[in-house]
Amino acid sequence: MKTNILGYLTEAVAVLPDKNAYFDEEISYTYARMLSEVKAIGTKLIKKLNVKCRPVLIYMEKSPACLAAFWGTVASRNFYVPLDTNMPEMRIRLIVENLKPAAVITDMAHYDLARKFSNNVFIFEEMIETPVDEEIIEKRMASSIDTDPVYVLYTSGSTGVPKGVVVSHRSLIDYVEQFCNEIGITEDDVIANQAPFYFDASLIDIYCTLKARGSMGIVPLEYFSIPLKLLDFLQKYDVTTIRWVPSAMKMVSTFKGFKSIHPDKLKKVIFGAESMPTKVYNYWKANYPEAVFVQIYGPTEITGVCTYYIVDRDYGDDETIPIGGAFKNTEVFLLDEDDKLISRSDIVGEICVKGSCLALGYYNAREKSDEVFVQNPLNPYYSEKIYRTGDLAKYNERKELVFVSRKDFQIKHMGHRIELGEIETAVMALPNMKNACCLFDQDKQKIILFYETEAYDDISITEALKKRLQRYMLPNVLHKMDALPLLHNGKIDRVKLKEMM
Amino acid sequence: METVIEILKGVHPEVDYENETGLIDKRIFDSFDVVNIVGELMDEFDIEITAEHMIPKNFNSAQAIYKLVKTLEEE
Repeated sequence: MKTNILGYLTEAVAVLPDKNAYFDEEISYTYARMLSEVKAIGTKLIKKLNVKCRPVLIYMEKSPACLAAFWGTVASRNFYVPLDTNMPEMRIRLIVENLKPAAVITDMAHYDLARKFSNNVFIFEEMIETPVDEEIIEKRMASSIDTDPVYVLYTSGSTGVPKGVVVSHRSLIDYVEQFCNEIGITEDDVIANQAPFYFDASLIDIYCTLKARGSMGIVPLEYFSIPLKLLDFLQKYDVTTIRWVPSAMKMVSTFKGFKSIHPDKLKKVIFGAESMPTKVYNYWKANYPEAVFVQIYGPTEITGVCTYYIVDRDYGDDETIPIGGAFKNTEVFLLDEDDKLISRSDIVGEICVKGSCLALGYYNAREKSDEVFVQNPLNPYYSEKIYRTGDLAKYNERKELVFVSRKDFQIKHMGHRIELGEIETAVMALPNMKNACCLFDQDKQKIILFYETEAYDDISITEALKKRLQRYMLPNVLHKMDALPLLHNGKIDRVKLKEMM
Repeated sequence: METVIEILKGVHPEVDYENETGLIDKRIFDSFDVVNIVGELMDEFDIEITAEHMIPKNFNSAQAIYKLVKTLEEE
């Protein structure tokens, strides 16, 4: 039984040391090179940081080197926390305050920025020159256990402070094993990575490649604006598998991209993280009738995925593709408002999950964790945690789960998970802001902000928000108002605002 | 031209579309912004924008987008 995710890497090196494992348009890492850099970084961290099971921030552009930094951290029995290099400084500070990282690994290009929020910064290019000390690495690795955290991924928080989801080796290993088995990822697969590494959608790309000893190519971000380059990438590298957010797949269908280039090795198309417009799916399916299409579902708190559905029948453009059923070794069920189990079809309830996939909770936020990682209300007899997703779903007549909506103010916009509360908090933090409310227009996929102030207009407020929020969180439509409508209890009347959209 | 700017403002309200000529080059628009904009342009003007048209040159300014729409409308 595997107890550390790096077990896959050492196995890959033993079997296929010279295989091109992780590449982008500039550089390619074999499994052997990956392991030697991982050990160099691990050696450095063990010698310079006398700590275990502590967070190390990784502040680098997405690249194969970034993975060496992740796993070098793991080799020192610490855990990695990837950070978006485009994140505004103010949001980084919120995360650093919450995380109190033991160190930061960055590259030369980002050194000056990294120094702004940590005194303990390591430069990647220098770390990989460290002579490997096999003995201390081995000793440290032997001490590790599978309930150690392997990573923390930050996600939007409704109170304005991002939440760090802590995931253990055990959860990640469980995820990789089940996913590779059920979906059938093998040594022959080449996966084209779209999702950022700070986003759990990238786990499949990174870790299924590692377990199956396949290859993963990082698609440059700008290719997602230029469909011909994107499809050319898939063709050039013989890509067999993609796991993209529907927004990225829409890029190809909107422009009827397959008319120009039809990558001929593609055979597995996996999508999730936001609802898939069935029209977009149908375009892809029509162009790849032989390919396997899989919809997956799952929040970061249960290690990325808990259900999957291999599309096995035709769907009209107005029908919804189900999210299917649970992976092996995971249980997914619906609870109604009185915490009673739902088994009949067409009754909406909250999706709840249990199993080894459950995260260890939110980092340094015990109360927040206790709200959603709770004792199973169906089991009063022994300690059994479930995760309450806040997602609402129902069963169809075939007993497949179908996603319905959220029960709170969390949205999915361009594949990103956003709490409208985080945007509102950032707006209210601006000087002289009197009131603000954020809504999401699901049909048009736009974030709408209503605000009340004399200090800002539509342009200046967006400029100010850019310093506090990720760009995908910026409101698309702005309404400056003399006064926001209020309910009798003084709260903002969201229903009335919704009517004004 | 006003309709084009209206659509662009619906995605990024803060940009000075009269003068900005680096919408793609300066990464003011990301790929998902572009997909949304193109979708709306196709609906609004009843034109078909294909992968061949998707080069930065055609989307770097409101003027360039307008020119593309005009060309496609005439086809």
